[in-house]
Amino acid sequence: MIQTEPSRRPRWGEFFIENLIRICGFSAIAFVALVFFFLLREGLPALGRVLPAEMLKQRWYPTFDLFGMLPLLLGSVLVTVLATIMAVPLGLATAIFIREVAPNWVREVLKPLIEVLAGIPSVVLGFLGMVAVAPLIRQYLDTPTGLTAFTGALMLAYMSLPTIISVAEDALDAVPKSYRDAALALGATRWQTIWRVTLPAARSGVLIAMMLGIGRAIGETMAVMMVTGNAARMPLALDSAFRPVRTMTATIAAEMGEVAQGSTHYHILFMVGIILFVLTFIVNAIASVVGMRGGPRRGGRLLG
Amino acid sequence: MSEKVAFAVLTLAAISVVVPILLVLGYIVVRGISAISWDFITAMPRSGMREGGVLPAVVGTVVLTFGTAIAALPLGVGAAIYLAEYAPDNWLTRAIRLAIINLAGIPSVVYGLFGLGLFVLAMGMGTSIVAGSLTLGLMTLPIIISTAEEAILSVPQSFRVVSVSLGGTRWQTIRYQVLPQALPGILTGVILGLERAVGETAPILFTVAAFYLPRLPTSIFDQTMALPYHLYVISTQVPGMPVNVQFGTALVLLALVLSMNIVATVVRSRFRRRRQW
Repeated sequence: MIQTEPSRRPRWGEFFIENLIRICGFSAIAFVALVFFFLLREGLPALGRVLPAEMLKQRWYPTFDLFGMLPLLLGSVLVTVLATIMAVPLGLATAIFIREVAPNWVREVLKPLIEVLAGIPSVVLGFLGMVAVAPLIRQYLDTPTGLTAFTGALMLAYMSLPTIISVAEDALDAVPKSYRDAALALGATRWQTIWRVTLPAARSGVLIAMMLGIGRAIGETMAVMMVTGNAARMPLALDSAFRPVRTMTATIAAEMGEVAQGSTHYHILFMVGIILFVLTFIVNAIASVVGMRGGPRRGGRLLG
Repeated sequence: MSEKVAFAVLTLAAISVVVPILLVLGYIVVRGISAISWDFITAMPRSGMREGGVLPAVVGTVVLTFGTAIAALPLGVGAAIYLAEYAPDNWLTRAIRLAIINLAGIPSVVYGLFGLGLFVLAMGMGTSIVAGSLTLGLMTLPIIISTAEEAILSVPQSFRVVSVSLGGTRWQTIRYQVLPQALPGILTGVILGLERAVGETAPILFTVAAFYLPRLPTSIFDQTMALPYHLYVISTQVPGMPVNVQFGTALVLLALVLSMNIVATVVRSRFRRRRQW
């Protein structure tokens, strides 16, 4: 008998595996919710023990039950802003160089090297920052110690460079060739084409690159903890960038190992985690909203 | 003229990105190589880690890497198949994508907190290899999902069209046409994801890492030393630590991570040469 229609016989194996795949797909949402739930579960009890107004004060001395998070928050902000100021122009320029200027063989050398940078563990960079970069900073910038906000920002800038470069490069890549050809045909120089045509066309991708770079910088822990000196003081003076500072991430990493489970200090550290989670969530949400404005559809879902 | 200046600035930027990378690699190799010997890699640490080798830390890191792969691989590839081949274009799919991007952005130390709260305490695993592997696995998940999805999407649509027109069901098409073609790409993504897990310190701080434990783990409920944490410990917590042991440990960690990077690159380039589309 010749079968003219696809068989309607249920395939239980397929039914099972397709639903399994569906569950895998939905799991990402469940995990974000789970992470947030457990941070809340362990962090919210802090509110019952320390008034929110106390948490916004300027002194962080857990041994005396002083949990003012402001110096940590500002420490993170200072280091992140400094790192962004260094990394975004540098990363963007490098992406333009790789995509638009460099000859092919230079590109083939640069891209794997930048991937290598992305792979260097943050603890290795932190170690190098301590033994090699900090002494240089103390010597040449004449600061009392080499372990400063600036040292941390420098390490962070290099750690977020691979993210910024690769995302910006993708954005430049996505600009249609016809734009460039049109500009060149109208007599624009290569630089005018890059500056007036390609970059503006890629601006949303550039914004995403910046956001993801900032997101990496806020959340980075080990390198920052090892090179910023970890002094929980308000970084408000003009020379704060060249003094020790302490970030939220470093505080969690340094203190969580020593607190008793269930103590006020324990819950407060989870509270710091909640703040970090929310901050990075906002930064990444901005990046993904900008990024979701479609793109050409390629292979993928075919049936149903 | 202005073009020359602009291109010079761009070149300078690229140089100032690349030169420090080479300096970092060169500096660690030059200062660390003297500490490296067969003994350094295969011996237990002695006298407060100031002498001996890094064996338990190497073994711990390798075990954690496999644990991470077991935890993240099936889920990550499953999610990637869903997003590439099944997900309709609706708000739920957008929510999943938003969730993945945000998972990728959660700071590593916050993963550590989460692992402590859920695996170590609430589920009663204690500080153990399972707890650490699950924490690292969750952290690696978004990387695996996005690279695997990319690999699946890059399989040309014609493979699917032919399979379906021959009467293949959706799952048969995926299983026998799409996945075999996407496999090298998926593999590359998995290795790159694991490479990040190998080097991470913050997520294992409170979930598995032991400060000083000169023996090998015997069960998945043991604590273990791990290379990144070991480097942190000997460079900040142990006074009078010989510098060449620090550099030697950094070099072993770097070599482990970079060799994974090289494997990923080789897989990718061999695949590019072989494929016909």
